[in-house]
Amino acid sequence: MSSLLRLKSPITTIAGSILLVLLGLVPVFAMLLDDPFMLTLFTRIVIMAIAAVSLNLILGYGGMVSFGHAAYIGVGGYAIGILAHHGITEAWIQWPVALIGSALVALLIGLLSLRTKGIFFIMLTLALAQLVYYLGNGAYAYGGDDGLTILQRTDLGGLLDLNDKETLYYLCWVLLVIVLWLTYRVVNSRFGMVLQGAKSNDRRMATLGFPVFRYRLTAFVISGTICGLAGILTATYTDFISPAMMHWTRSGDLIVMVVLGGMGSLFGPLFGAVTFLMLEEILSSWTEYWKIVFGPILLLVVLFARGGIDGAMVRGAAGYALTGLITLFLIYVVHYLWYDDWIPAAVVLAGAAAAILAIWYRQRREAVAIASAGGDHA
Amino acid sequence: MLEPVLKVEGLVKRFGGLVATDNLNLDIREGEVHAVIGPNGAGKTTMISQLIGELRPDAGSIRFLGQDITHLPVHARSHLGIARSFQITSIFLNFTTLENIMLAVQAHDGHSFRFWKDARSDPRLREPAMAALEQVGLAHRAETVASVLSHGEHRQLEIAMALATRPKLLLLDEPMAGMGPEDSARMVTMLSQIKGSITMLLIEHDMDAVFALADRITVLVYGRGIATGEPDEIRRNEQVRQAYLGDEA
Repeated sequence: MSSLLRLKSPITTIAGSILLVLLGLVPVFAMLLDDPFMLTLFTRIVIMAIAAVSLNLILGYGGMVSFGHAAYIGVGGYAIGILAHHGITEAWIQWPVALIGSALVALLIGLLSLRTKGIFFIMLTLALAQLVYYLGNGAYAYGGDDGLTILQRTDLGGLLDLNDKETLYYLCWVLLVIVLWLTYRVVNSRFGMVLQGAKSNDRRMATLGFPVFRYRLTAFVISGTICGLAGILTATYTDFISPAMMHWTRSGDLIVMVVLGGMGSLFGPLFGAVTFLMLEEILSSWTEYWKIVFGPILLLVVLFARGGIDGAMVRGAAGYALTGLITLFLIYVVHYLWYDDWIPAAVVLAGAAAAILAIWYRQRREAVAIASAGGDHA
Repeated sequence: MLEPVLKVEGLVKRFGGLVATDNLNLDIREGEVHAVIGPNGAGKTTMISQLIGELRPDAGSIRFLGQDITHLPVHARSHLGIARSFQITSIFLNFTTLENIMLAVQAHDGHSFRFWKDARSDPRLREPAMAALEQVGLAHRAETVASVLSHGEHRQLEIAMALATRPKLLLLDEPMAGMGPEDSARMVTMLSQIKGSITMLLIEHDMDAVFALADRITVLVYGRGIATGEPDEIRRNEQVRQAYLGDEA
């Protein structure tokens, strides 16, 4: 029996790899389907996946519920926007400034919040991130709450042309793969062991001789820096920065992505980000009140699929998880073919909901049967 | 005479109006098993928490191997050679048995700001950890996730983790807690095997175990040490009988 620390099970790794490959092929699909919007959507998905992976490092592996992670997206984005505003567009200046800026903000927030635990930590990270948000809001020189348009994209010195949508997409995708690989190495290293040990039992870790705070702070800074990278990419692909990109609801979205996909699983946040943003996209194209549908779906996942999508796969419910993904894909196809007509899509969604309920009912009946059988022996 | 391994002088800890540790003096000599007994609420765990550094005493001093450690943080005391086993089993439930010990080994193998190499396949962690598991007789459970071990095995793992940090002083907080007679006997055997090589402070309610293992005993009542001596002296001590052992002991 292997522990939870390894790649949880082959099925998760296989599903995650397939998803990565599919994401790599998105520009091809977009070309075949002649749908330029698809590329825009998936650029956003890949960037948010990077942010979710960074949050998972401290939330999933380290047990630190940071409710202010969007702040680093903001810091990374604003660094790019402000430098571009002053005519500095060279990547070798912009990117290090943005990454170091995110790291410093993470260091500061971590120093102040990591002394606390539980709800206090959540509230402190939220409060400090709100501070960063209001800094952006009050930065009138850079548009205040209206934001700032970036007139010229980052110049990679002729290496890559980021004005090309496909090039930018592939850059994001490659960075996502690199971030996943880095995370894999880090969580399985000695450092990763300390991080996961401290999540499980930080009192014991101190007794064993680990200065837990230093390790947690380091993880927090690494996570914030990677999230800053997502901020760089967000500013680049939208050509725009505004405080909205670090609004607290964005931090909440990131937590939902990680929980939905599966905390403490390498590919979990990737599943979560793809599912979350595709659902958001599709549901919001049907109705303005899409959150009424979205909320209950998230509730269902939290109530019935502990460990999120990843957890469902590991528990041997791979079939159900795959069913879910296929349903999602079908919805997307239906959505694509009948863009203006919501009825067929609604039918598919209702069918999927019925299937989930049927599965749940069957599982419950089995559980009741097992429980009553156990009762006979007692 | 040699300076004691651990020297506690005038230790005081108050919680509001309650004096949990009341001017406690304690000497632990090299190589001995020193038991601390006392009725529930006598302040035994509070004492251990101060020795390990989780609680800050209000007054008094703690010296370990001649060094004042009264204000050192928990992790620094561990590196000086103090280890503790917990009364309530405190292991990493989602790690395997082997990984639990490997983490203990890792804690004392330099810093852990190592981000790249796979830790689980590192022989510098695996081999000492495997040896420690063999020592406590848990080697056959090495690859089992700790959460499915039995209570007795949890207790063994608890001790094995403390031992894996190669301590000079081992603080044992009720190692037999919740054990049946068979597991208890096995634990006594294991502890008597390491007796002499590691100095131990033992807190235990199981009097058979205490008298089987201890070289000296200190009796704690209401946070105050009322007597210290060899097991026979303690048995005969009138004050101790009244306070703790009961008249018929």
